[in-house]
Amino acid sequence: MRKRLSRRHIEEMFFLTLMGISLLIVTASLAGILLTVIIKGAPVLTLDMITKTPQGGYYLGKEGGVLNAIIGSLYLAGGGTFLALIVSIPIVLGLNVYARNTRWANFVRLSLDLMWGTPSIVYGAFGFTLMLALGLRASLLAGIIVLALLELPIIARAVDELIRVIPAELEESSFALGATRFETALAVILRQVLPGLATAILLAFGRGIGDAASVLFTAGYTDRIPTSLMDPAASLPLAVFFQLNTPFPEVQQRAYAAALILTIIVLLTSLGSRCLASYLGRYTVK
Amino acid sequence: MTNKLLPRPRVLRSLRVPLLSRRKTERIGGRLFLITTALPLVLVVVIALALLARTYPILETQPIGELLFGQTWHPLRGEFGFYPFIIGTLWVTLVSMLLAVPLCLLSAIYLAEYAHPAVRAVMKPLLDLLAGIPSVIYGVWGLVAIVPWVQNVAAPASKRWLDFLPFFAVTNTTGYSILAGGIVLAVMVIPVIIAVTYEVMEAVPNGLRESSLAVGATRWQTIKHVVMPKAAPGVLVGVVLGFSRAFGETMAVLMVVGNVPRVPSSIFDPAYPLTALIANNYGEMLSIPLYDSALMGAALVLLVVVLIFNLGSALLLQHFLARTQA
Repeated sequence: MRKRLSRRHIEEMFFLTLMGISLLIVTASLAGILLTVIIKGAPVLTLDMITKTPQGGYYLGKEGGVLNAIIGSLYLAGGGTFLALIVSIPIVLGLNVYARNTRWANFVRLSLDLMWGTPSIVYGAFGFTLMLALGLRASLLAGIIVLALLELPIIARAVDELIRVIPAELEESSFALGATRFETALAVILRQVLPGLATAILLAFGRGIGDAASVLFTAGYTDRIPTSLMDPAASLPLAVFFQLNTPFPEVQQRAYAAALILTIIVLLTSLGSRCLASYLGRYTVK
Repeated sequence: MTNKLLPRPRVLRSLRVPLLSRRKTERIGGRLFLITTALPLVLVVVIALALLARTYPILETQPIGELLFGQTWHPLRGEFGFYPFIIGTLWVTLVSMLLAVPLCLLSAIYLAEYAHPAVRAVMKPLLDLLAGIPSVIYGVWGLVAIVPWVQNVAAPASKRWLDFLPFFAVTNTTGYSILAGGIVLAVMVIPVIIAVTYEVMEAVPNGLRESSLAVGATRWQTIKHVVMPKAAPGVLVGVVLGFSRAFGETMAVLMVVGNVPRVPSSIFDPAYPLTALIANNYGEMLSIPLYDSALMGAALVLLVVVLIFNLGSALLLQHFLARTQA
């Protein structure tokens, strides 16, 4: 004998179905994005693509690959991440060792959150006004500075969260041995967050390498590989954007290849950060 | 007791700065650290002021109301009206939120309340992955998949069945439309909203769920009457964060939304969001008087709106967390 379903059970099943559909749509769109990039990019991803710069005429040349953008992107994101890292470490240590639990600390965290939320095109526009003020041209240096601004809150907030969960005993033991706060910050706290720091760096790198709107104004675009900080530099996202807009299929192919390369780099970074975190986490005090 | 520090412990000897005593290192180092903590705030203020300074020339020739609500955009004639762009941004953002919010709420509820731990373990990294994909890749996806879909499937379907509705008139057959921009943006903000929503639902104490289930409520009733009211402010924060992310997004939207500077009247119309305006015209803006000033003004508008939204959501979240922990 079957029990008749009451209204509330029908309601539950109705919403459960909706939830299933939602989750399916979310997963399907991720799969759709990856599939699109692979289907369009894989057939045109040849060895030439990753070992040659564009050939046969400026911008719209139909031969060669996207090496200029690969190298440019690595320079830009690498430099930006490095700069963001050396600025954010003192900020986070100051926040957690010297300004712990103060109103100021909350205030600084709030401003980091605000920086995090600022659209990258605004950073780009700001970088542009900065360049005009300093008399710089679009260059690798300007791009690195703007990417560092973009990545600073990512690294700082991630490390901040890590430091906050360090057990107080660890710090107290260090003080008990006679270490000053400065020594504790560098020798104990920083070492304890090292695995998390590596993850945060990769996270910021992945964000930086994929950002187009901020480098659009500041790093410029070129077919050559930059040789100094003052040269303009190409980047993968802009390679995708510019070359996709051209009417020539040969040039568009380079865009799809660049999109696939960019996706692979970002996915590897994301995967790498996971592995690195568990690998480096072996020696921290849990 | 002497006021002198003991010699440096052995484990810390590697840190010796030869010229300074430990006390001095502590004092100077500490001060340096504290000074650097002011940097984020200084940067936010400097960015806002720099953009304001660049916008100033155009504010001298045009009152701010005319700039924000002017309908015409003719840089060569010195007419800069942001109205079509602001409305374009709002349309695209609203369409994306209408699509994303229900999907995100339902998915997050499932993940937090029903899902098997194994499903959770798969979905969380997957969502992180989705969050990490660069916006230009979303743009490629929009261009290759969504724009043709709108052109060949959504627009004809709407023409046949929904044409009488006010916002569904099909006037544009290219597929580059607010709908395409909205779909791409929706997928971009999904991970942001789900992550926050999931987290606040997790934070609701289990005791509440158990008491509700114990008096005979179904799981859905528990969610509807116990969990959701408790988590509502946090969910709102997630939605606001997603909104401000969509509002400031550039590349993905720029590639699929059509970029026609006209006030749209249907989701199948093209639009021209503020972000796209800035990104598309950076090349020529120095050759036309006041053009760069107008574009920096557009960036300032974006910054101010996003700052207000983020500040509001941050304060709301603090308030919410303080209340749940109390």
